[in-house]
Amino acid sequence: MPRKDITSGNWAVAEAMRQINPDVVAAYPITPSTDIPMRFSEFVADGLVDTNLVTVESEHSAISACVAASVSGARVMTASSANGVALMHEIFPIAASYRAPIVFGLVNRSLGAPINIHCDHGDSMAERDSGWIHIYCEDGQEVYDTTIMAVRIAEQKDVLLPIFVCQDGFITSHCFEPIEFMDDDVVRKFIGERDPLFPLLDVDNPVAYGSLVLTDYYFEIKRQQVEAMKHVEKAYLDVAAEFAKITGRNYPLVDKYRTEDADYIMVIMSSAAGASKETVDRLREKGHKVGCLRIRLFRPFPAKVIVDALKGAKAIAVCDRAASLGAPAPLFTEIKGALYDAGIHIPANTYVYGLGGRDFFPHNAEEAFMDLINKKMSPEERYLGLRE
Amino acid sequence: MAVKLKDLITKERAMRQGHRMCPGCGAPTVVQQALLAIEQPVVITAATGCLEVSTTIYPYNSWSVPFLHTAFENAGANVSGIEAAYVALKKRGKIKKDIKFIAFGGDGGTYDIGLQSLSGAAERGHDFTYICYNNQGYMNTGAQRSSATPKGASASTSPAGTVIPGKIQKPKDLTAIMAAHHIPYVAQTTIFNPMELIEKIKRAVETPGPAFVNVLAPCVLFWRLEPSMQREICKLAVETRFWPIYEVIDGEWKLGYKPKKFAPVEEFLKPQGRFKHLMKGETGKKIIEDLQKDIEEEWNYVLKLCGETWEPQS
Repeated sequence: MPRKDITSGNWAVAEAMRQINPDVVAAYPITPSTDIPMRFSEFVADGLVDTNLVTVESEHSAISACVAASVSGARVMTASSANGVALMHEIFPIAASYRAPIVFGLVNRSLGAPINIHCDHGDSMAERDSGWIHIYCEDGQEVYDTTIMAVRIAEQKDVLLPIFVCQDGFITSHCFEPIEFMDDDVVRKFIGERDPLFPLLDVDNPVAYGSLVLTDYYFEIKRQQVEAMKHVEKAYLDVAAEFAKITGRNYPLVDKYRTEDADYIMVIMSSAAGASKETVDRLREKGHKVGCLRIRLFRPFPAKVIVDALKGAKAIAVCDRAASLGAPAPLFTEIKGALYDAGIHIPANTYVYGLGGRDFFPHNAEEAFMDLINKKMSPEERYLGLRE
Repeated sequence: MAVKLKDLITKERAMRQGHRMCPGCGAPTVVQQALLAIEQPVVITAATGCLEVSTTIYPYNSWSVPFLHTAFENAGANVSGIEAAYVALKKRGKIKKDIKFIAFGGDGGTYDIGLQSLSGAAERGHDFTYICYNNQGYMNTGAQRSSATPKGASASTSPAGTVIPGKIQKPKDLTAIMAAHHIPYVAQTTIFNPMELIEKIKRAVETPGPAFVNVLAPCVLFWRLEPSMQREICKLAVETRFWPIYEVIDGEWKLGYKPKKFAPVEEFLKPQGRFKHLMKGETGKKIIEDLQKDIEEEWNYVLKLCGETWEPQS
């Protein structure tokens, strides 16, 4: 029987890892993701898993060991945040290029400087071109469910890509909330065993990973990664459908909240969608036709479903928890590109909010919605919750 | 068990012909000799460097055994990850064979940028052998100085100029640093005697736990050395005591070679263009004196730890 428990986003990841019982976890502590390897270490110490836990000396070594273990044929998981993610940056494209299906609990935290331990999406947004799948989660339940689904999506043979399961640092990672857990045997049956292609440890069929590939082949190999990304949406939808059958919990590519007949839509990611949805309800009560579109799958970017959700709107507000200094914010750029490709011109405002963990309140969401309703539109970046 | 050369000649090579290392390069000699005597299947990982780029130019591949390269500074982490996967998969019955794991790195990838990941791997106690082919500089990128480059050598980022006579610092003692990790096997050697290296690597690989072997291996291009002098220059490094040969087995230091006679460091320096500027003028003379002094200090340090004395024939 599924059981409910009051737990945190981090512990939910650790619990998923206990049930997944991966072959190898190589991890290094960094706030706010530290709870994940810490909790998991207790499971190892108590014999609840028989994972080979490699407590490395840096994030760079963590991801290097993960890539090496993954291409060796092992099922591999890890977690990190912010500067740890940045230190791993060199190895992320290597993991993707070697088609290493690592599942990574990414607990979003702002990048220094100034040094700050709280949430924004600057760390994972800096990795948006590293060739990984990115999924952003709204709450602890979704983090737990997505971590389990991620194993299947990443390991699917026509995908074979590493995957970030992102949750908001402290807001989700440290917030205790009721989460429903699946039975261990149900999880294990759902994920199955890894069946690796070309494992390094198959000494009878030796392979080389990491060849020097120059002007004559590099481009073709990168093109294969583009192709792999094209298979992700279907793999995601297949896995999510199977997951929904077992749990009753549905996870579409994007989460549409009262968008069907909405004139004004806010596009947002992760935990801040909570304040946005709350505001949608309040403004609906006042007669405003508003809705919230939360992007779950960010890489590959599901442009078609997003355009379908937005095309009937009169105006939209795109909210980014990251800035692209000197250029439009990342989510806003993607949304504009998707609408342009579809030949749809909807007036769009761009808002940056929540940097360094600055709270995003319903009144911040309301401010953005009221701009749309009052036709205060402009291409200039605006800031929610900022003192100026 | 003693290794016999005639038994090794017919053995399939882990690294086959067709690679693009320079004629006379020490690195392929290290690899060939190192892997010759290992009886178990091996998986190789290498740091970015000459060995890695010259043996794996896609779509060709010189390795007849599994090979992994990811980046420059993480051969220690890579070998940790491979070994961790092996231990996990073996425990779960998915792998049956006994496999050995060897990491190769140049001195840039080992003394400098990869020292942290090597230290971490050694501290964690994975079962692997790390072989540093030490050519005393960043040769793959064009002979920049590393922390293994000897004092007085002209390197492309410490060139012999009119004011500064090449590299002015002493190299770090990486072998002793690795010995200070108190791992089961540490050795320092060079390619002056094939059986000596073959047996040391065999011992390193067969020792459970981490093993580190620091092998001086010339880069003929940037040492500016006749390619045919590969073995001879290594012999001179040993005879001048520029590169002492020793093992540290479970903390016990054991001297591997004692020259019969005193040979001045110039004998090692002279055949190499990188030291040519030292052969004239007062500054060069002073640096050679410093090098000789450093050799005596280092040699006495090693002798003391090995519980040995040295009385050269006159």
